Amino acid sequence: MAIETKLLTITPAPHIKSKFSTTRMMSIVIIALMPAFIGSIYFFGFRALLITLISVASAVFTEFVYQKLCRKKVTVTDGSAALTGLLLAFIISPSVPLWLPVVGSVFSILIVKQLFGGVGFNFLNPALAGRAFLMASWPAFMTAEWMTPKSGTLSGIESITTATPLGALKLSGYSANVAGSLNSMESLKHLLLGNVGGSIGETSALLLLIGGIFLIITGIIDWRIPLSYIGSVFALYIVLFLTGVSQLTPIFHILAGGLMIGAFFMATDPVTSPITKKGRWIFGVCAGLLTVLIRQWGGYPEGVSYSILIMNMFVPLIEKYTLPKPFGRVRRTA
Amino acid sequence: MPKFFTFKGGIHPGEFKFTERDAIEDFVAPDVVYIPLSQHFGKPAKPVVKKGDKVYVGSLVGEPDGGFSASIHSSVSGTVKKVDKYHHFSGNMEQTVIIENDGQMEKDPAIKSAYSDSITPEKIIEIARDYGIVGLGGATFPASIKMSPPQGKTFDTLILNGAECEPYLTSDHRLMIEFPEEIILGALLIKKAINANKLIIAIEENKMDAVSVYEKIKDKYKFDIAILKTKYPQGGEKQIIKAILDREVPEGGLPVDIHTYVQNVGTAYALWDAVYNGMPLVKRIVSITGSVKNRKNLKVAIGTPISALIEHCGGYMGEAGKLITGGPMMGIALYTDEIPVTKGTSGVLIQRKEEMSLDEPTNCIRCGRCISSCPMDLMPNLLGDFSEFYKFEESKELGVLNCIECGSCSYVCPAKRHLVQLIKVTKAELKKKGR
Ligand code: SF4
Ligand code: SF4
Repeated sequence: MAIETKLLTITPAPHIKSKFSTTRMMSIVIIALMPAFIGSIYFFGFRALLITLISVASAVFTEFVYQKLCRKKVTVTDGSAALTGLLLAFIISPSVPLWLPVVGSVFSILIVKQLFGGVGFNFLNPALAGRAFLMASWPAFMTAEWMTPKSGTLSGIESITTATPLGALKLSGYSANVAGSLNSMESLKHLLLGNVGGSIGETSALLLLIGGIFLIITGIIDWRIPLSYIGSVFALYIVLFLTGVSQLTPIFHILAGGLMIGAFFMATDPVTSPITKKGRWIFGVCAGLLTVLIRQWGGYPEGVSYSILIMNMFVPLIEKYTLPKPFGRVRRTA
Repeated sequence: MPKFFTFKGGIHPGEFKFTERDAIEDFVAPDVVYIPLSQHFGKPAKPVVKKGDKVYVGSLVGEPDGGFSASIHSSVSGTVKKVDKYHHFSGNMEQTVIIENDGQMEKDPAIKSAYSDSITPEKIIEIARDYGIVGLGGATFPASIKMSPPQGKTFDTLILNGAECEPYLTSDHRLMIEFPEEIILGALLIKKAINANKLIIAIEENKMDAVSVYEKIKDKYKFDIAILKTKYPQGGEKQIIKAILDREVPEGGLPVDIHTYVQNVGTAYALWDAVYNGMPLVKRIVSITGSVKNRKNLKVAIGTPISALIEHCGGYMGEAGKLITGGPMMGIALYTDEIPVTKGTSGVLIQRKEEMSLDEPTNCIRCGRCISSCPMDLMPNLLGDFSEFYKFEESKELGVLNCIECGSCSYVCPAKRHLVQLIKVTKAELKKKGR
């Protein structure tokens, strides 16, 4: 009478799962970086492409070899290693020697990511930590040489040919003239489009913004972090500009120096940013504050990567104090 | 345009309500029915029949064992073959009254309507207890206990839960369309029993056909309709109250603490049948859906083996991989199709081998999706970590006991972590330790 007993699978509920996976998430982020990638090849030519490919390949290869050697499950197909390689290439100069991205990628993947337990367990953003390592070890390669983009002007203005936009003012000895040209429409246009000197994928605010908005629309990143980060930099520079502390306008500051790639692609790395919504606000505002501090009073012209790395270290603390209140709980038991 | 009510969090899985237009069909009870004594939340019933006893439709076969239990009745007329352990949805073999059906479907001679206009609340609660009425939305909580609040607590609002937020299931939907007056009459009985002054029927936006049925009778019976956004778990007791009344059940508390009573529409129908016709709860509507040749909504005698229903629906489509009782989000995977239908079987969902989601869990990437989806504002990622490291007390701090086990967190997790399963482990451990 009964249909013969089938071999049935027993698993706990739920019996349906969303199709969204880690791999899909990483792929969407990589897609969002494609406009900036194409832009980089347009601005800096074949060299940008070459360094990016080397960086991605070494990141993926390092993860693969490490996991094979440790007899772990190989997870390179989840795309996270490729993404790290891509981001690392985007924040180094196109004129670095070809072995530099290899060293950087190995450091990012091996030391920062895998030794801490692999995807999800690293507390620093691997690409940023990789860049910091390269900066500390080979500062000359990392900051001294920049490649002139297609526009033919490294700083975005004609008077200065040996520095990136953020470095130009310092180089000129804070001349009011230079500040004036940097604030001009012409210079801002170069900055917006990315036709200036800088790291491979960070120069074009516009192309990164397109990618960033795509990530927000697809729900991959939370708008709170980029908004609070860029917003706080902007707000602080309004004050500093009006009080004469900064010679450069707030607009210049949010378009220049890796803030866009940092705010949309690095600070939003889920692994190394707060998981709570309130925590994300705090993270973004503090990163903005630090960026301004470093840019204005620190030793580097550009403060995005160190700000985010510093904030990465505060994530556990931030989360601890921003846990959501469970439904129906009246008072905190803490 | 009416206002659509909703709650914070939740998910939007595909609806797959294939059977929403299929009228309920009576399924003829099979030659043998297997009626488990454990079909409800609480202690199993004590058998009151033995081998060879003659029973009728509606005859008592199991009586409540103590205060926290429920009555069980025969769904056919015939002879008791034996009372023995048999396949059960819980995964264990459970005490079951096995009855040979004589095919006459003769009603127990004692069955008669108890309804009068002056029926007292006490009488309604008594009938609910004696006629085996339990919550039919899945929780199977004995209705008589729910209708008797602790000393000093009162109800003001009755929400009739017709959300049916689980994907695939349509049994409540069809019942609402085909038996609107019966459901409302049953609900009015509950309202009287709990002395509430307001009745609201809550229906998800994807069942506007049902909404229009109730629009027509709402003035006659004086009740309100609340249309809910289609979102899972909209039908969760705490979620539905929050959505409609903006009242929050306090942590560790019950809806009665905020004067609200929620009952599934199927339960209201069963109570109507019990009071107006004197018929105990011996049948229920079951959606047979998923990978079966002809999907149907069937009115089934409790105790019918699921295999008989599937046979009636033309058999499996493809190679059956999973057999689920209830919906895909909270339902239980069964180990054999010989398991009988019980009071809580709202549906039977069949998944083919290739439809099963069997992804291996990977590392949490801290994306926060589980947190945004959690209707109870918990941190499922952390609760999962704590469970993996046996840190049960820490989970308690974070409110793990509030988890309603809706599975939203597991559904959305891109790393495919078995979050709700880990959380259930923690809850079981805490329960063992006496909380
Ligand atoms: S933690 Fe519990 S209540 Fe929250 S989404 Fe997961 S199963 Fe649902
Ligand atoms: S949804 Fe999964 S991957 Fe995302 S935070 Fe929660 S547990 Fe981690």
